Amino acid sequence: MRGIGKSFLGVRVLSGVDLDVAAGEVHAVVGENGAGKSTLMKIICGVHAPDEGTIEIDGTPVSLGHPLEAQRSGIAIIYQEFNLLPERTVAENVFLGREPVRRGLVDRAAMEEATARLLDELGEDPFGPRDLVKRLPVAQQQIVEIVKALSMNARLVVMDEPSAALAEHEVELLYRLIGRLRERGVAVVYISHRLREVFDLADRVTVLKDGSRVTTLPIGEVTPDELIRLMVGRDLGTYFPPRSAAAGEVRLSLRGAGNDKLRDIDLELRAGEIVGIAGLQGSGRSELAKAIFGAEPFTAGEMTPSRPRSVREGVAMGIGLVTEDRKAEGLVLRQSVRDNALLVARAVRAGNRAGVRDLLERVRLPAARQEQEVRYLSGGNQQKVVLVKWMTMAPRVLLFDEPTRGVDVGAKAAIHDLMRELANDGMAIMMISSELPELIGMSDRVVVLRDGRIAGTLPAGASEEAVMRLAAGEGA
Amino acid sequence: MDLRTRVRRPARRSRAHGGLAAHLREPTQVVFLALLGLVAVGWALVAFDGGQLLTMESVVGIQQRSAALGIVAIGQTLVILAGSLDLSVAYLISLTSLVAAEIMAGQDGNIWPAVTAVLVISSLVGLVNGLVITRLQVHAFIATLGVGLIIKGIVDHLYDGPAGEVPASFQVLGYSRVGPIPVSAMLWAGVAVVAWFLLSRTRLGYRIYAVGGNEEVARLSGVRTARVTVITHVLCSLCAGIAGLLLAARLGAGTPTVGTDGGYDLESIAAVVLGGTALAGGKGGVAGTVGGVLLLAVLDTIFNQLEVNSFAKDVVRGVVIVIAVAVYARRGTRRSA
Repeated sequence: MRGIGKSFLGVRVLSGVDLDVAAGEVHAVVGENGAGKSTLMKIICGVHAPDEGTIEIDGTPVSLGHPLEAQRSGIAIIYQEFNLLPERTVAENVFLGREPVRRGLVDRAAMEEATARLLDELGEDPFGPRDLVKRLPVAQQQIVEIVKALSMNARLVVMDEPSAALAEHEVELLYRLIGRLRERGVAVVYISHRLREVFDLADRVTVLKDGSRVTTLPIGEVTPDELIRLMVGRDLGTYFPPRSAAAGEVRLSLRGAGNDKLRDIDLELRAGEIVGIAGLQGSGRSELAKAIFGAEPFTAGEMTPSRPRSVREGVAMGIGLVTEDRKAEGLVLRQSVRDNALLVARAVRAGNRAGVRDLLERVRLPAARQEQEVRYLSGGNQQKVVLVKWMTMAPRVLLFDEPTRGVDVGAKAAIHDLMRELANDGMAIMMISSELPELIGMSDRVVVLRDGRIAGTLPAGASEEAVMRLAAGEGA
Repeated sequence: MDLRTRVRRPARRSRAHGGLAAHLREPTQVVFLALLGLVAVGWALVAFDGGQLLTMESVVGIQQRSAALGIVAIGQTLVILAGSLDLSVAYLISLTSLVAAEIMAGQDGNIWPAVTAVLVISSLVGLVNGLVITRLQVHAFIATLGVGLIIKGIVDHLYDGPAGEVPASFQVLGYSRVGPIPVSAMLWAGVAVVAWFLLSRTRLGYRIYAVGGNEEVARLSGVRTARVTVITHVLCSLCAGIAGLLLAARLGAGTPTVGTDGGYDLESIAAVVLGGTALAGGKGGVAGTVGGVLLLAVLDTIFNQLEVNSFAKDVVRGVVIVIAVAVYARRGTRRSA
């Protein structure tokens, strides 16, 4: 690479991660969830300050203590969820905070002209500078973000999962845009789960794992399989409760079920069985759980015993959902443990209110703690309260979305044991997890989703590589 | 202001602005259309009753009735657009009417000192509102309610009835008119034009929309969000101070209850919302607010001419406000769908 060199050397908050990006280069950063990709990115963009290590731009060390400093140093970031004002025009968004003024007044004409010029230069102008952002499709909003970055004379653009919100055909536009950035000598850091994109776009790839850099390779020197091995490669030394003998009757089955996020889902959940759901972010995992539960109902296909149209119907069918975000969706943080555990029981007639004390004690939340406000509990104990909330109605099917996120190791094992116990008692359990070792260790069967469809089903004890390959869409 | 700026590409024009129904996408247009409809219906009703709605007298009355509320509502529009809210305006109006009348004390020579004092006091109140919200992180609802109560306590302690005297030359502001247009209405129009200009042509205006639209987005784009919030509160309080001057001119004296009796706090918020500005901020503008205020005033006039009792009047106002916001909400969701 010629031209400007940019290097971010030894940002050691992630235990000594090195990353260097050259002008006109697309540098992909890959790794499992929790490998440290977002932290690294936030350091580059000045959201977090590194504890150790240095960042250099064009050979000069810089400190990026604030997003504004990073901006001034020519670093722009395109977040997963777009940072645009839907009610304002394209030009207003592009120049937000940096509106050109003439004699003290905003120079609309100059602003719109500059925006139009950048759009022309990009060769992407399905819309004009005066269009309201909310009227643009998501893929085109990305153009606005990129124009915004260019208008700041950004020399490094960081993209965090830029394709997560895009449909298959919209990704092409993203490819074109990145190509244009490259032509202009802009360096791009591209963070993605989707290996195909990494191989299509990147010049080099850096693999992160558990907060440190595994390696940096030119893309031509690595195959998808090798990359997956580099990302995953760790031993499965963790303990998981033993699997049960056999699955029982079918509790719930889906035939060709779908809605706007999911298509052609065929799935059976049986009593006594734990079914793991794997997939990348945006593959429809949470959406599947919410659809079965009735929160974002299926609009097509069959579901037996019946297809719930609302949460109330889902609950009436004996389906419970332990949501991904327990603080926002699972608990009322300022109410007591007891009140939270009774949330479901109070809402449905069949709920077992009297037994809640025993249930809480069963998950080792003694009477003394039951009057405490839930927000003072650790993540693991909070999750147990969510579990008890559903146990009060003795669900036939219980869906778990990331049940051990933000939970310490001890509580994790307790929750795993409890899940297996519930399955052994005859409950049908579906579990979503981004943590592959957990998913594989717990599940009797792993169903892999990709782009809202089932990409494949793997038996118990499948390898992480096999799961990743299905999830990322790399042919085996 | 013109939120539906011309679209460059004809291809998109047809999609974004096709047909009459699509023309009603923006609440500003809805409110003025509703205003026109209301005048027509009101005219028919009043005519049926044997009267005439649009006499010189009633037109002047509508404008005069609207002027004070209109000025307060313009200020309220600014804070609401920035994602805030001001419940202290009514108390501030009472306070400033007293300050004005007391300092003037019937003397022509004291008019300017009184006006200056009112503007300074208003700005300070706005500054306090803004700082309590941004520095102490108190929600605007509570912050401005608290500041309002403090003002009320002070005013109630010092006064138990009208006080001060406004000289005849200042009462011109309240009563005289040029042709069919009262001076007070011109003042209102002036404030509205300044606010419109501010919102559509200055950096501050753009930032008000940004902060109200999404504070985090604004912050990450380098906008000093706290400063924007504070400035809008100062401007809003200034508007309330101007309204206080206007009411003092009309009454010839300051009154400790003129603001609260007029219900300027909640009514100004109602007018803003009726005008299609989102209560959460970031969307709307001055034009809609002017429409909202006029709508409420015309409604008043119709009821007065029909001599309907005032309870029924409040019921109808309530229904109108709720329906209007429900209509905007439906349009909003359909558009983004």
